[in-house]
Amino acid sequence: MREQVTHPTDPLAEPPLRVVDVAVVGAGPAGMAAAVAAAEAGAGVVLLDAGGQLGGQYWRHPAEAGPDPHGGRGCERGGHGSGPDEHEHGSDEPEPDGPEPDGHGHHGWATFLDLRARIGAAARTGTLEHRPWTSVWLAERDGDLFRLRTTPVPEAPPPHPSPRGDVLARRLVLAPGAYDRQLPVPGWDLPGVVTAGGAQALLKGSGVLVGRRVVVAGTGPFLLPVAAGLADGGAHVVALCEAADPRRWARHAGTALRQGTKLAEAAGYAVRLARHRVRPRTRTVVTEILGTDRVTGARLARVDAAGAVTGPATAVAADSVALGWGFTPQLELPLMLGAATAIGADGSLVVRVDPAQRASVPGLYVAGEATGVGGAALAVAEGHVAGRAAAGAPPDPARRREVLNHRAFARAMHAVYPVPAAWPAWPAGETLVCRCEEVSAATLRTACHDLGADDPRAARSLARVGMGRCQGRVCGWAAASLLAAETGRDLTDDDLLASSRRPLAAHVPLGTLAGLDTAADQEGSTP
Amino acid sequence: MTENPTVAATFDGAPLLGVPGRSVGAALVAAGITSWRTTRRGARPRGLFCGIGVCQDCLLTVDGVPNQRACLVPLAAGMVLESGDGHA
Ligand SMILES: Cc1cc2nc3c(=O)[nH]c(=O)nc-3n(C[C@H](O)[C@@H](O)[C@H](O)COP(=O)(O)OP(=O)(O)OC[C@H]3O[C@@H](n4cnc5c(N)ncnc54)[C@H](O)[C@@H]3O)c2cc1C
Ligand code: FES
Repeated sequence: MREQVTHPTDPLAEPPLRVVDVAVVGAGPAGMAAAVAAAEAGAGVVLLDAGGQLGGQYWRHPAEAGPDPHGGRGCERGGHGSGPDEHEHGSDEPEPDGPEPDGHGHHGWATFLDLRARIGAAARTGTLEHRPWTSVWLAERDGDLFRLRTTPVPEAPPPHPSPRGDVLARRLVLAPGAYDRQLPVPGWDLPGVVTAGGAQALLKGSGVLVGRRVVVAGTGPFLLPVAAGLADGGAHVVALCEAADPRRWARHAGTALRQGTKLAEAAGYAVRLARHRVRPRTRTVVTEILGTDRVTGARLARVDAAGAVTGPATAVAADSVALGWGFTPQLELPLMLGAATAIGADGSLVVRVDPAQRASVPGLYVAGEATGVGGAALAVAEGHVAGRAAAGAPPDPARRREVLNHRAFARAMHAVYPVPAAWPAWPAGETLVCRCEEVSAATLRTACHDLGADDPRAARSLARVGMGRCQGRVCGWAAASLLAAETGRDLTDDDLLASSRRPLAAHVPLGTLAGLDTAADQEGSTP
Repeated sequence: MTENPTVAATFDGAPLLGVPGRSVGAALVAAGITSWRTTRRGARPRGLFCGIGVCQDCLLTVDGVPNQRACLVPLAAGMVLESGDGHA
């Protein structure tokens, strides 16, 4: 790897640090593509990801290595920090359990295998290093460079990745992805309720069904693969509730037709669902999840175009519920570096980028869901553009066109599947908004009207919303949106910035923080 | 759907079967166990929610180490799992 060595002033304080050309955070579709593009353009690359394997959310797949013959805990692939030894088990072929368990998207899987092979090839020539199980918890400028502070993920299996300390890079590509956006509903804290992505992760990563009788609800085309995967796996999808009316696609017919593969994919899910006799109920939401200590059912009701409930609720029996209202980009790292943001087409905060995926901070590139949720194919295209640009290679116009086409499709998708405008009227008084600190909608409303906590920052200090272990990742968007509705104004960038900024981007063991002069609060550390 | 479980761990002293390398949370759900900690204020049961390490609902104790996210810990033979997030 092309690198140079810096000499700290006190040679005993720290070992010398290599400076890499390009650091990539996130090894999902966007980060894998960025790492490949940068390495193939001649840059030295370090690819960091909190997960144990390449793939991110979309290409999540079961642990590739088989059981450890010595019976220990080292059942994930090893090689922590010693390069992306994706092939150390002696084969360039996918492992037998490689293809996605739900069988969908072989097209996407081929892209994964291609990127994975190219990452392996770059690693063998020493151009690229993949560090799995590595969280980046702080990103900062260090002169002209970026300094990434990293820590092994506490849950990583032995042999534990050695604490490799900081990464210094000339250019930085952030591809941290997103997590499920949630809207609070009575009973959503019951065991058996999961996010739609969580149900998918359980299935793709471990081949496990979240339940036997499942309600899938929320909005967006992502609900289709979730429901289809569950049904194919043998679960009874009791109801698939889509709050929007997908017939609104008619208005975007031109955009949709230009993305023929996506239409074909959607049609594929429809066929699979029909085979299992699952008929999506449109303009339908879950108004309450029933049960005392775990899910026993759910109430479903029809809503109008704005999301106001129009009819009586009907109850269905179920043992689990998967909820998803799109995704929220994970922006801690770009925000730490001061990247400019905007409210994206789906109402989430996103990083603003130029046609080369450059953020407002010199040397910083952002790709994938963090620039606006748009799916894996867009993430791959953005990753390619970002990786080439970060390596100083000339742009590839074909990739740029792909980005524009996918982005247009994503905008249309968000217009068809919005978060219903009337949702803030749904959560009844006792409904928990903040699951960690167990703050109810009533408490939040009282704090807003009686204490003047009318924005997320004030709600945090006065009502403890978003102060718990997840640091507002789960409730942040909903709490900000609820407060804006309560005070009769639109959701602003400032609201979302207040609920998206976090002092640390990942959980850090106390020992790692001790001895740092960083004044950042320590976030739910693992003792 | 699920492959045959091949390793045994224990959960609160009882045997728990699962596929090595798959998540501890998945093994618990596959065994019909949906919650393994309670909240500090309302003493409400919690288990898996986000499935990807974000929500912190799924904490448990693994081989004596508290506050591990069940959705991230790969299951291994002989693992000793205990309910509760160490604050009980
Ligand atoms: C739980 C879940 C399941 C999903 N399943 C599907 C699906 O089945 N089908 C589908 O079409 N879409 C799915 N999506 C949508 C998903 O966002 C895809 O569109 C796609 O994975 C986006 O690619 P990405 O590269 O932008 O981000 P991701 O795939 O999310 O990759 C981001 C990567 O960054 C890493 N990361 C983030 N922050 C840090 C940090 N601080 N330090 C180290 N590493 C970090 C993460 O570990 C992750 O691997 C899912 C989303 C979620 C949240
Ligand atoms: S289920 Fe959310 S952190 Fe494990």
